[in-house]
Amino acid sequence: MSASALPARRIPWAALRRLPWLPLLVLGAVGIAAIGGEAISPHDPNGLDLSASFKPPAWQDGGSWDYPLGADNLGRDILSRIMAGCGVSVIVAFYAILFSGSIGALAGMVAGYFGGRVDAVLMRLIEIQQSVPSIALALILAAAMEPGLSTVVIVIVLTYWAWYARIIRGEIMALKGRDYIAFARTAGVSTPVIFRRHLLPNIFNTLVVLGTLQVGQVILFEASLSFLGLGIQQPDISWGLMLSDARQYITNAWWGITMPGIAIMLTCLSANVFGDWLRDRLDPQMRQL
Amino acid sequence: MLALVLRRLWQGAISILGASVIIFVISRLSGDPVVMLVPPDAPPSLIAEIRTQYGLDQPLVWQYLLFVGHALSGDFGNSYRWQMPALKLILDRLPATIQLAACGLLFSVALAVPIGVLSAVHRGGWIDRIGRIFAMLGQAMPAFWVGLLLILVFAVQLNWLPAFGHGTPAHVVLPAIALGWYPVAAQTRIVRSAMLDVLDSDHIRLSRALGTPERLIVWKYALRNAAVPLLTMLGVYFAAMLGGAFVVETIFAWPGVGRTVVEAVFSRDFPVVQAGVLFTSILFVLSNLLVDLSYGLVDPRIRDVR
Repeated sequence: MSASALPARRIPWAALRRLPWLPLLVLGAVGIAAIGGEAISPHDPNGLDLSASFKPPAWQDGGSWDYPLGADNLGRDILSRIMAGCGVSVIVAFYAILFSGSIGALAGMVAGYFGGRVDAVLMRLIEIQQSVPSIALALILAAAMEPGLSTVVIVIVLTYWAWYARIIRGEIMALKGRDYIAFARTAGVSTPVIFRRHLLPNIFNTLVVLGTLQVGQVILFEASLSFLGLGIQQPDISWGLMLSDARQYITNAWWGITMPGIAIMLTCLSANVFGDWLRDRLDPQMRQL
Repeated sequence: MLALVLRRLWQGAISILGASVIIFVISRLSGDPVVMLVPPDAPPSLIAEIRTQYGLDQPLVWQYLLFVGHALSGDFGNSYRWQMPALKLILDRLPATIQLAACGLLFSVALAVPIGVLSAVHRGGWIDRIGRIFAMLGQAMPAFWVGLLLILVFAVQLNWLPAFGHGTPAHVVLPAIALGWYPVAAQTRIVRSAMLDVLDSDHIRLSRALGTPERLIVWKYALRNAAVPLLTMLGVYFAAMLGGAFVVETIFAWPGVGRTVVEAVFSRDFPVVQAGVLFTSILFVLSNLLVDLSYGLVDPRIRDVR
């Protein structure tokens, strides 16, 4: 594998112009909604108003701009609830990626660097972990523990650490044969310093790309779990949970099951497009992923 | 070849054993397992009886061995909701799940092959571009939402197809589409890149030079070679369908293993959850095993490695 390109010092205007603006805009909006929370949402996301029950979206007969995307069975504003759902998605994605990335990267680095028995044990662990379908793992965890945000994060971490570990292990195995690592070792540099100073910076790009590509998958996973009732619980708001609520009113209100799904789709789509773009810029060898 | 088969079988057995460890450890996480094995209103005598029956007064390692022993003899305990052995319940529901997964796989392949072939033949053309947009959308839509949209359009609005239940061929259409939707994108990509490689090869060029009709070249000579990577991956996709079935079966009220396990989680019917998850894992490992072995069948070079 080739060395990563030297970072450019001047501001790369041409590259900036080619940024994927639309996906960044969507992700930015999700981020703002997550940070702003109830302060910027038009209604209280859990506020009941039975007179607005099943109000259609603004552009339909009977709709009003007071409830732009319509209201659900209890008259709660769907737009406000989607905005509130951004928070949960961002928190789950943040912790899930942070933990699965750190655990996976550390395991991959250790296995790739030391090889031998450590490596064999890790590869076996990965194989075993992949023999249980992740949704089944989630089901059995949910049966044994209280469902909720932390269970969702644990399941995602248990599912994805192996993905990081496998890829990082490959990169480290290629890196450790390099001369400068051998020099460092001969010069008596301790193993932790080699890891921190010489290995970590070289896999950093890969980690960033893997993390970005994981965002969409984490959001889909959280939505599926919450939809099944095994993820986020009431009164917390998640897009998957909204869809699960709206499901029984599918004949009354088409917008109830459409709008949160569009939010999921747009966010995942944007994260995936941005991740692809980042991969092509930072780590072109990973095109296969 | 025999060595390869034996080695893969051994690895598969290790994986399933590992899965049983995971299931065992997690099921002990929440404290006293007897609570999960008996109805909430069980008398103390029943609790004591089960405690000795399952060896729960023994050390943990011994308990695990007992769990595996019971599992090997097909004893996962009784479902207290259905009043029957958990394993029998799962086995009864298995055909419906396999039927659904097979139909989902059929749908995704039937869609992916033509799109992949046409994208490769008209590389950069409108089919290629539409195919790519389709693929990006497919990977951003969760299966359960696709299912809800299908119900909304084809069952509620148009009233063409039934949304719930099981029995007639019409019942399987919507769940199969919902389940097969996600892998279409990846399968299209596999067919497309394989077709691009094959169309560039010498024997296709020779056929062209000999004046063979282009349609025959693409759909017969090239596709026959380009289908190999997809065929070898079918087991992986089938395994993925088993995972997806948990969600899709729940939406469409499909009487399969997935829905049974999801319902068992809510009624805290732990024997059923354990049996269902272990069984899905075994199917999962077996599908992946078949994939590995099919590589060996298709490509003789892999057979003799190590």
